Amino acid sequence: MNETAILLASSLSVSLGGRAVLHDVSLALSSRHLVALVGPNGAGKTTLLRALAGLVPSRGTIEVGGDMLSSLTLQERARRFAYLPQGHQVHWPLPAKDIVALGRYPHGAADPARLTEKDAAAVMQAMRATDVVALSDRRITELSGGERSRVALARVLAVEAPVLLADEPTASLDPRYQIEVTTNLRAAADRGMLVIVVTHDLGLAARFADTVLVLSEGRLVSQGPPQDALSDKIVADVFRVRTYRADHERETVIVPWAEV
Amino acid sequence: MVTADTNAATRRRAMVLVALIGLVGGLAVASLGVGPVKLSPATAIDALFGGGSEVQRIIVQQIRLPRAILGLGIGAILGLSGAALQGLLRNPLASPSLFGAPQAAAFGAVLVIALGWADVRSFALPSAAIVAAFASVFVLLAIAGRNAGLLLLILAGLAISSLAGAATSLTMNMSRNPFAALEIAFWLLGSLEDRSFRHVMLALPFIVVGAAILLSQRHAFRALSVGEEAAQSLGVDVGRLRLLVILGVALGVGGAVAVAGAIGFIGLVAPHLMRPLIGYDPGRLLVPSALTGAALLLAADIAVRIIPSTTDIKVGVLTALIGVPFFLYLIVRERRALSGGVA
Repeated sequence: MNETAILLASSLSVSLGGRAVLHDVSLALSSRHLVALVGPNGAGKTTLLRALAGLVPSRGTIEVGGDMLSSLTLQERARRFAYLPQGHQVHWPLPAKDIVALGRYPHGAADPARLTEKDAAAVMQAMRATDVVALSDRRITELSGGERSRVALARVLAVEAPVLLADEPTASLDPRYQIEVTTNLRAAADRGMLVIVVTHDLGLAARFADTVLVLSEGRLVSQGPPQDALSDKIVADVFRVRTYRADHERETVIVPWAEV
Repeated sequence: MVTADTNAATRRRAMVLVALIGLVGGLAVASLGVGPVKLSPATAIDALFGGGSEVQRIIVQQIRLPRAILGLGIGAILGLSGAALQGLLRNPLASPSLFGAPQAAAFGAVLVIALGWADVRSFALPSAAIVAAFASVFVLLAIAGRNAGLLLLILAGLAISSLAGAATSLTMNMSRNPFAALEIAFWLLGSLEDRSFRHVMLALPFIVVGAAILLSQRHAFRALSVGEEAAQSLGVDVGRLRLLVILGVALGVGGAVAVAGAIGFIGLVAPHLMRPLIGYDPGRLLVPSALTGAALLLAADIAVRIIPSTTDIKVGVLTALIGVPFFLYLIVRERRALSGGVA
């Protein structure tokens, strides 16, 4: 297998409530990669993301940075994986900076009012990267959807984990913010992280990802560079759609066009 | 700019805390002075530390001091439990009394008394109350599940408190001694009257341990603000946290109910009074809510001694009279969330 792989999964299977959701998924992913995880609704994308982070019990083995996931404590896992769930829910109207500071929780910084210099620097850097410094003291409930998603992204960046898992970070965002959030994730990958993004947007996946994983009915049916992994045949088989394809500004364009 | 604002917020919280401590201290001293024999604060403090006449010393040290300590401790644990449950469930309508914990604890205690297993001064009483409170909170969280909405929680809480109330009534119904039944009925209303240091010793250890458990989880409540899954991914063991909160609330509320009966609504009200001053951070709300709870119960217990009345008004009745309208106000404010289905 790939020697530089930071995240290895072999024969990963997950059952939820007696129903098999993931079957025998194996993958090897490297740092500095943006990986798009695509598949129809119910294919098991979110479950795979959760299983990789150790948030749901799974059979098979997961290795992260050379360690077995099962041998790591909850805190050690939290330092390896930054996880952004769907919807970026925040239950209380907290100031944006306190939300971002939660990213330092795995590093022992439990109180946002008492951050060490290192933690404060990480929070600041994450907020700069997503351009939310000006929102620091605003309550999360006062922010627009786009601003909220950037704050949520800053929280996971502040973890400074080698692996970032994001579950549909662009859902319900307007086109501008979709591009902005994806660009942020791309930049995080370029800085050296492994970024895995669940998305329904084949266009964004094709354009920004280094690797695309296609999940269908709990099985990994295709993986590789976007053009190969999202070939006409795969897309037709898995998503039941035809696509329009083109090159624009030297990047791949894939647009779902019609049902097949 | 960020640091300046953070400092301002920290200073503000510190000021609120100091003011609350002053308020609780003042009310505790007032509580020592109020009663059939009125004592000035100076006389009360003097008597507390061995000065004054012998009668004054007995009144303050033997009669009013245990009452003040219980008012402070029980109010504090109720406020703290409310803030902890609201933090755990990320829900501003959560509170021990709405979820039936005190009612269940009362049933546990009443059962022990009615069966004649123990008198009201034995440790069996708080133990039974704690077991029943634990069971009620556990059942509630089991019914409500992981992402419980307001509606589900309130319905489940209503069911549990009704069941506990009915079970208590049944126990009293079956009681052969009508006077015992009457005594239980009065005791259920919640009161701090005529409590001795024996009662303090019964309740305080459980209250202290419960409070310590809840306070130790303050940072986890903050992490939980971003949802259970995200909190887990930050390293919070959410399952363990849930059990610890159940345990802390059951110990505290069970101990409180065992000596003072069911005193409701302090746990619901206290965190709400603090949010405009402290902010919404569930970790930072714990201590101020505890102090507010202590102040509320001390004030209510002073009020029942001042309000002119031919019979004693029970402090639990007073807190409910004030708390229920507040609860209705909260429901009206949360109306949209409630009618919008289970969030």
